[in-house]
Amino acid sequence: MLKRIVVGVCGVSLVGLGLFSLYAWNPSIDPVNPSLTKDYSPEVIAQGKMLASAGYCSTCHTPPGGEEYAGNYEMHTEFGTIYSSNITPDAKTGIGSWSEEAFMRAMRTGVSRDGHHLLPAFPYEHFNKMSDQDINAIYAYIMTSIPGVEQVKKENGIPFPLNIRALQAGWKLLFADTEPFVEDSAQSEQWNRGAYLAEGVAHCGACHTPRNALGGEKYDEMYQGAAIDGWIAPSLTDTSTSPIPWRAQDFYEYLTTGNSRYHGSAAGPMAPVMHKGLSALPESDIEAISVYFAAKNGTDQNIDPSTSEALKSAIAAQHEQADLRINEGARLYATTCQACHYSSETVVKGRPLITLGSSTHLDEPNNLVNIMLDGVRSDQGIHGVVMPGFREALSDQDIASIAAYLRQAAGEESWPKLLEQVGDIRNQPRFEH
Amino acid sequence: MAKFILNGEVKSADVESDTPLLWVIRDELEMTGTKFGCGIGTCGACTVHVGGRATRSCITPVSSVEGAEITTIEGLAEKDDHPLQISWKKIQVPQCGYCQSGQIMQAAALLKDIPNPSDKDIDAVMGGNLCRCMTYIRIRDAIHEAANTIKEHSDEQNI
Repeated sequence: MLKRIVVGVCGVSLVGLGLFSLYAWNPSIDPVNPSLTKDYSPEVIAQGKMLASAGYCSTCHTPPGGEEYAGNYEMHTEFGTIYSSNITPDAKTGIGSWSEEAFMRAMRTGVSRDGHHLLPAFPYEHFNKMSDQDINAIYAYIMTSIPGVEQVKKENGIPFPLNIRALQAGWKLLFADTEPFVEDSAQSEQWNRGAYLAEGVAHCGACHTPRNALGGEKYDEMYQGAAIDGWIAPSLTDTSTSPIPWRAQDFYEYLTTGNSRYHGSAAGPMAPVMHKGLSALPESDIEAISVYFAAKNGTDQNIDPSTSEALKSAIAAQHEQADLRINEGARLYATTCQACHYSSETVVKGRPLITLGSSTHLDEPNNLVNIMLDGVRSDQGIHGVVMPGFREALSDQDIASIAAYLRQAAGEESWPKLLEQVGDIRNQPRFEH
Repeated sequence: MAKFILNGEVKSADVESDTPLLWVIRDELEMTGTKFGCGIGTCGACTVHVGGRATRSCITPVSSVEGAEITTIEGLAEKDDHPLQISWKKIQVPQCGYCQSGQIMQAAALLKDIPNPSDKDIDAVMGGNLCRCMTYIRIRDAIHEAANTIKEHSDEQNI
């Protein structure tokens, strides 16, 4: 009897494994000669260039100081270190021998030309929402305009058994959204254009949607905010903790200038998304994305932040200065921060009121502490404006005191174990873009 | 190689990327109006403008100002006649003078954002600029004076 059960279980497992292998297996697509790629019109190539930029391909496919699109950008994930692929048209080490068909399959299903599964750090689930025409335009741009660079991809540092590529098929089966983009007829054309861009090429959800323990996006918590590269990608929905709600024009201001007067500046991984990415899109597309996210936020478009209670109380709070002799955080803030962050009666762009800023109101101190440690470069946030970093100037205790003071002044509960968290944030790997 | 615009001119310096902007301005470009004070961004002596905003240059790595427009005290006004520089002389603000270029640069940024500041506004924004000679009262007076001058000028232009 026992023998029959064992044989039965083994048999079923074998058949299961066989079927899974069949499912997981993808054929290799024949290599093509790069010189045989067809001629593309300048319009298609320009469209591809714009989309490759809007998808900020180079952010993950170019290491700091390295050759564009040549790969080996280092990413630290919960599953180990991985390196991006070389997507230059080099035939040997890049994608030079990939046909249009192979590129399309990779962008839509995360399968490489030779049939092996790509890791979901490559957000193919989002690119799958793009139209054939748009994906082919990116192919045309890369093949015709990016110089081929011979550079072998480094080995990923993902431990066994997670490094078995066939398992990715199971991951896709369980977690990947394989549906094409479907317009919502109840929404405006502009909203739908925004949704197409945000869910597709701009892959906003890749950072702003929380993931499950195995790294799958939790679609029922879409855009509700998540940790990424030592930062927090804030919620883009009505779960946002910003004291002043984001209107479409706030998103537009943020996405076009790198800063929203009442919410803060783009820093960390968001800075290149904007300045090296979305900035390539025409204004109408940025407007569409803004309309889409304002709708996700459920913000009343007619509110006026400049007369809001939140602004009034934030300005009033900074005028009631704490006793500098006994409040260390307030004292350090007055000497190191206030010269640039004090507002008289209104908030001037470029002079952000930190007690209103998103980073002060998040449930985690990461963004605020990151900015205090490393500042904001001229190519991040507002173009040409910098904030110096205080990494070498202020101790963990100093930074924790200032953060605690701001948190309290902003009317929020204190962050737990803040001093310890500041130490952890200081020592986390820095992601250079 | 760092490259930026200093007082309207394109400048480059062959330095390590983490070199503080202040060192580049003083040692490489030999413009010594900007002073070194504490070295940790808490005294204000090294204040310059980056993109029009007051910035402590001693803790700003030169790599972070790539391509940005920087103004030092030497470039604040062509003939050293910024209303603040005039009121500074008129009221005889400085005693030893070491902090004054930082004070003036910070005050110039203040007046751009808050053209008619109260004493409280001045104290809040200027609080990070230390003066060991304790000339704070005269600094405040000079800022009010300059604010009035700027206002009169703009009123005249509007007539």
